[in-house]
Amino acid sequence: MFIKEYFSTIYRSIKSLLTGMKLTGYYFTHLNKIKTEEYPDNRATLKMADRFRGEVVMPHNENNEHRCTGCQACEIACPNGTIKIITKQEILADGKKKKRIDSFIYHHDLCTLCNLCIVACPSDAIVMAQTFEHAVYDKKLLKKILNNPDSKIMEGVE
Amino acid sequence: MNHTILAISLSSIANSMHQSLQALLGDGFALTATEMLIQGLSLIVFLVILCFYLGWMERRVAAFMQIRLGPNRVGPQGTLQIIADTIKLLLKEGLTPNSSDKFLFNLAPMIMVITSFLVVAPLAFSKDFQLWDINIGILYVSAVSSISVIGILMAGWSSNNKYSLLGAMRSGAQLVSYELSIGLSLISIVILTGSLQMSDIINSQSNGWWLFKGHIPVIISFVIFIIASTAEINRAPFDLAEAEQELTAGFHTEYSGMKFAMFLLSEYINLFIASAIAATIFLGGWMPLHLGNFEAFNHVMDFIPGFVWFMGKTMFIIFIIMWFRWTFPRLRVDQLLNLEWKYLLPISMINTIFITIIAIYGWHF
Ligand code: SF4
Ligand code: SF4
Repeated sequence: MFIKEYFSTIYRSIKSLLTGMKLTGYYFTHLNKIKTEEYPDNRATLKMADRFRGEVVMPHNENNEHRCTGCQACEIACPNGTIKIITKQEILADGKKKKRIDSFIYHHDLCTLCNLCIVACPSDAIVMAQTFEHAVYDKKLLKKILNNPDSKIMEGVE
Repeated sequence: MNHTILAISLSSIANSMHQSLQALLGDGFALTATEMLIQGLSLIVFLVILCFYLGWMERRVAAFMQIRLGPNRVGPQGTLQIIADTIKLLLKEGLTPNSSDKFLFNLAPMIMVITSFLVVAPLAFSKDFQLWDINIGILYVSAVSSISVIGILMAGWSSNNKYSLLGAMRSGAQLVSYELSIGLSLISIVILTGSLQMSDIINSQSNGWWLFKGHIPVIISFVIFIIASTAEINRAPFDLAEAEQELTAGFHTEYSGMKFAMFLLSEYINLFIASAIAATIFLGGWMPLHLGNFEAFNHVMDFIPGFVWFMGKTMFIIFIIMWFRWTFPRLRVDQLLNLEWKYLLPISMINTIFITIIAIYGWHF
């Protein structure tokens, strides 16, 4: 019994080692499978992975309108205080007062790109952009105001 | 054999150099000293360049096996990367820890490198091109190569660092055990050849390499030799002495700069030596591939110089050892000793008996 076990151990280990060597040998002979991106040489053709997150942005349409209602759900959702929303009161045409955003302040240097704000937003006003190369010499440049100047809220978003 | 076909062979270069030096200096001490100096220098230059190349090759092979590219920036295909690394190592501060045993600490890398260089002496690079055709070549190789364990122990002990000491102790256990298997695999060819001399062993393979002539037992001892020498030169999957993840480089944790580079150098020279010895005793060294009575084929093979054959076979085995390294996970210490004492040693003992029977009855081709 012992002899049988002894030789079956040898057989199994050699077989599993050869299986491993077959895989690495396959990779060695199939160089077209190489995954390395030769950044920055391929900067022009670089294709980012779908789930890559670069920074939070607020899309605007052609009329300089965004979808942010100023509800501050993203500010509450953010675990490290990256977002600061300053609101203002706007008097509508019919005389009613309405809360609008004055500025959506986003501290890129604090953001962990965790996506929680995007998930929390009820009106899909912010999205993750796939931008990269964010390094700057001055920290102030990382404090960004996401709503364009003079932008308005889109019609029909409440 | 190549003399008639190829006007220039390594041995003819050596001979003409010898003659012109003899004419210049006469027979005497000056001649011997100059020749020794030339031999030593050319050996060192050859081995250092070879190690550059091996370092680059290792990184490229590793990268390709892990679906990466590896160094490809400095020089064409990254071939000059290793020179850049060497310059970096040269410029670094060679730190000696305060509480270490300074004498032994600085001596250890020297011992490693000297041992590595010593073992190269009996290797035959081409026909009649050998530094020292000593009549106990194989014994010399296995005896001298085991000195390197002293260097490792010295480095680990004198570093005064628990990781280094652990690495050195592991390496001691490993080298002592795997030496047995290496010895038995070497003996199997010695039995078949009846000589310990490198040139005799190579000449006995003029009608076919031992790997093909000696049936399954020689193939088994070849495999055991490759496994055991991988362990002997402390390479993955037997790199417990270094074990970056657990021991942060083991016995050479404390080394930096040029002293670290010397350890690296000796590691690659040892890789070359282990492969070269496997190529010499199992694959016929510089002997071209001869197939029985196919005269035309054999003649074509003779056109390829012996040095190319030798380096080709050595590189093939180096590639296999690198393939091991980048495929297999590291063994635990108990598994390491299990493998040697429960598997390799009994198998190679029984194998030696079979080979003896083959040799007695002359069953090999
Ligand atoms: S991605 Fe995360 S850290 Fe960044 S702003 Fe949104 S919630 Fe805050
Ligand atoms: S971005 Fe979304 S969640 Fe944040 S304030 Fe605007 S509407 Fe609310």
